[in-house]
Amino acid sequence: MTLIDVDDVSVSLAGTTVLDEVSTAVREGQFVGLIGPNGAGKTTLLRTMSGVLDPDAGRVGIDGDDVADLSSRESSRRVAVVPQDTTVSFDFSVEQVVEMGRHPYRSRFGGGSGDDRRIVRDAMQRVDVARFADRSIGSVSGGERQRAILARALAQDTPVLLLDEPTASLDVTRQVETLALVRELVEDGKTAVAAIHDLDLAARFCDELALLSGGEIVASGPPERVLDGDTVSDAFDGRAVVGRDAITGAPTVRALPERAASRDGRVHVIGTGHEAAATLARLVEAGFEPTIGPIPETDVAAEAARALGVETVVARPFESLDAGTLAELDRHVEAADTTVFAGAGAGFEAVIERLDADRPVVAVEDAVADGPRPLGRFERVRTTTLDNLTDAVAGAMVSRSKGADSTLTPVE
Amino acid sequence: MRTGTRATAWSAALTGALVAAVVGCTTVGAVSLDSVAVAKAILDALPMLSFQVEATTRTIVVDLRLPRILLAAVVGFALGAAGTVMQGFFRNPMADPSIIGVSTGAAVGAVAVIAVPALAPPSLAVAGFTVASGLQLAAFTTALITAFGVYLIATEGGRTPVATLLLAGVAVQTFLGAVISYLMLHAGRSLERAVYWMMGHLHASSYDQVAFAGLSIAVGFPVLLAFASDLNVLLLGEEDAHHLGVPVERTKAILLAVSTLVTAAAVAVSGVIGFVGLIVPHVMRLIVGPDHRILLPTSALAGAVFLVLTDTVARARVEQMPVGIVTAALGAPFFLFLLRRREVTEL
Repeated sequence: MTLIDVDDVSVSLAGTTVLDEVSTAVREGQFVGLIGPNGAGKTTLLRTMSGVLDPDAGRVGIDGDDVADLSSRESSRRVAVVPQDTTVSFDFSVEQVVEMGRHPYRSRFGGGSGDDRRIVRDAMQRVDVARFADRSIGSVSGGERQRAILARALAQDTPVLLLDEPTASLDVTRQVETLALVRELVEDGKTAVAAIHDLDLAARFCDELALLSGGEIVASGPPERVLDGDTVSDAFDGRAVVGRDAITGAPTVRALPERAASRDGRVHVIGTGHEAAATLARLVEAGFEPTIGPIPETDVAAEAARALGVETVVARPFESLDAGTLAELDRHVEAADTTVFAGAGAGFEAVIERLDADRPVVAVEDAVADGPRPLGRFERVRTTTLDNLTDAVAGAMVSRSKGADSTLTPVE
Repeated sequence: MRTGTRATAWSAALTGALVAAVVGCTTVGAVSLDSVAVAKAILDALPMLSFQVEATTRTIVVDLRLPRILLAAVVGFALGAAGTVMQGFFRNPMADPSIIGVSTGAAVGAVAVIAVPALAPPSLAVAGFTVASGLQLAAFTTALITAFGVYLIATEGGRTPVATLLLAGVAVQTFLGAVISYLMLHAGRSLERAVYWMMGHLHASSYDQVAFAGLSIAVGFPVLLAFASDLNVLLLGEEDAHHLGVPVERTKAILLAVSTLVTAAAVAVSGVIGFVGLIVPHVMRLIVGPDHRILLPTSALAGAVFLVLTDTVARARVEQMPVGIVTAALGAPFFLFLLRRREVTEL
């Protein structure tokens, strides 16, 4: 069932269009993350959903009713908000602040009922603020304050929870803790919408993402679908690649520096692991068009290759290379102007032996140090650190075109 | 302890202090009286109670001293309550009951009537009793008009941003200051009276004045108390308050209107008594905390006690100093003391 229905909402603030005919729907029991660059309209969309901001056009429905028609008391029983700025300039205790979450249910002259006190206590327990309930809200840390405000929102006992950058002022572990808590609340039946800056965290915890850019929702749906390299790059006006987190399996987004002017020259990378992944990234960044392989599909470098859009020769793990794979390898090596060895890889002797000895070869330093790899058979080997990789590759290409190189580094 | 219990306990204690202050201060004056005689005279004056009291004592207590002391209590109560509400409302520690021009507005009316007596409206009488003199009515009316004007100036599209209200209040007060100065230039022999009024005074008090200010409190204070929780929530910021179910603009309008009414009635009968509404809420906030359900009644009662005591100091002097001088002279250094100790850096 749709709980929050945003229908063609437009908002202008101080003459600037912040939301432009935005429509989206949040189903009951979902955790939706609003992502997008600064100024994309995430906070404005949340404020429109909470009813604190009247849209210039369009409507927002909460549980079937237009939020503009609800009294603040009614809407505060349906929607609780954790604002971005939780600083407070007065001396209420944490418990008093959490108690204010019961305000929507209190009659003007009645004190708190037993129910109120129980709900407040439960909320404080759940968010782990009970420990410092008696301390002044002004004296606790930013993270503790944020949790106190979250506890207040829980005490409101609403079906909908809106959070504006709930992780902004938290350290890494608290960020995960906070979002995991929201996730838990959603599992328990709440519906949550959160503006989240960190794309990886958003992807990891949200059921769905809505990507805002320039006041419009440019993509929405499950994280795997929304977090696509091109979409994200466009929205954030930069270059980003999407991979998969090794531990959580959620999509992860990595911003890359702007690509340098593309260079002529193909490079084939042989190697596995983080070193090969880093090598690929540097080559792409520098404007080369690398290929990599053979490499098992599950290797980190294969992940990186997919994310970077690099053509890959896939090998089955723990098996010797079959004829098809070897042919593919030969084709890539043949097309490449330079071959780069990076990262350790067991069983590469067979691969190395297939390469002509007179090819210019670049070895990323650690690859040489790592193992007894018979790079000695190559006539022209340059060793380099990752930082100097681009220069080394460019140099190797020049030497190939000249057909000779006087600055060869012998390899033991 | 629960909030309700704490509020009741504190209020009871301060009410006791107020009664003690009233009785104690009534003994002070040109003729010293002992407190038992004073207590008897006061109780005798209450309906349905009867005590043996000397005629002179009765006259001194009931006719001479008590009206003034009760007026001090009522005005102090009003200023303490309104000051608390304004500081919470503006989320600004420098806010006081006059921040949107109530006192300056009252002064315009009062000085105008003093300078040009022909302007005075007829006094208000109900069932033969004078409830308010022409001067008081004029001051009361211009105070309300000023506050309402400031509110209208600061309101745009149904919203009244607190910062705009504050600035509009400052600008209007400056303008009215010019009006007052001009009126005083032409006050001639009434100048002294005008200056005296502006200093804030409780002399020549009558039960009529007590009734006038008391009535506004009887009407206004319960309303303010009813909004104490909303005021707490408003302290979190207006957006948060909206999210927590407070109809922000409506609540602000009610709080502003009622505290203006209470302040205007107090200022109309006593002139501009500074600092009570600023310092008393600060001190009480240090003692009982920021929760308005406790802070509001205690600040009101403490304001009453404070003004009864300071007016006694003013009264004890032979030349009858205006109490406004005493409250400012005592209040400002104390405020600076708190400021230096960093107690009053924030609400």
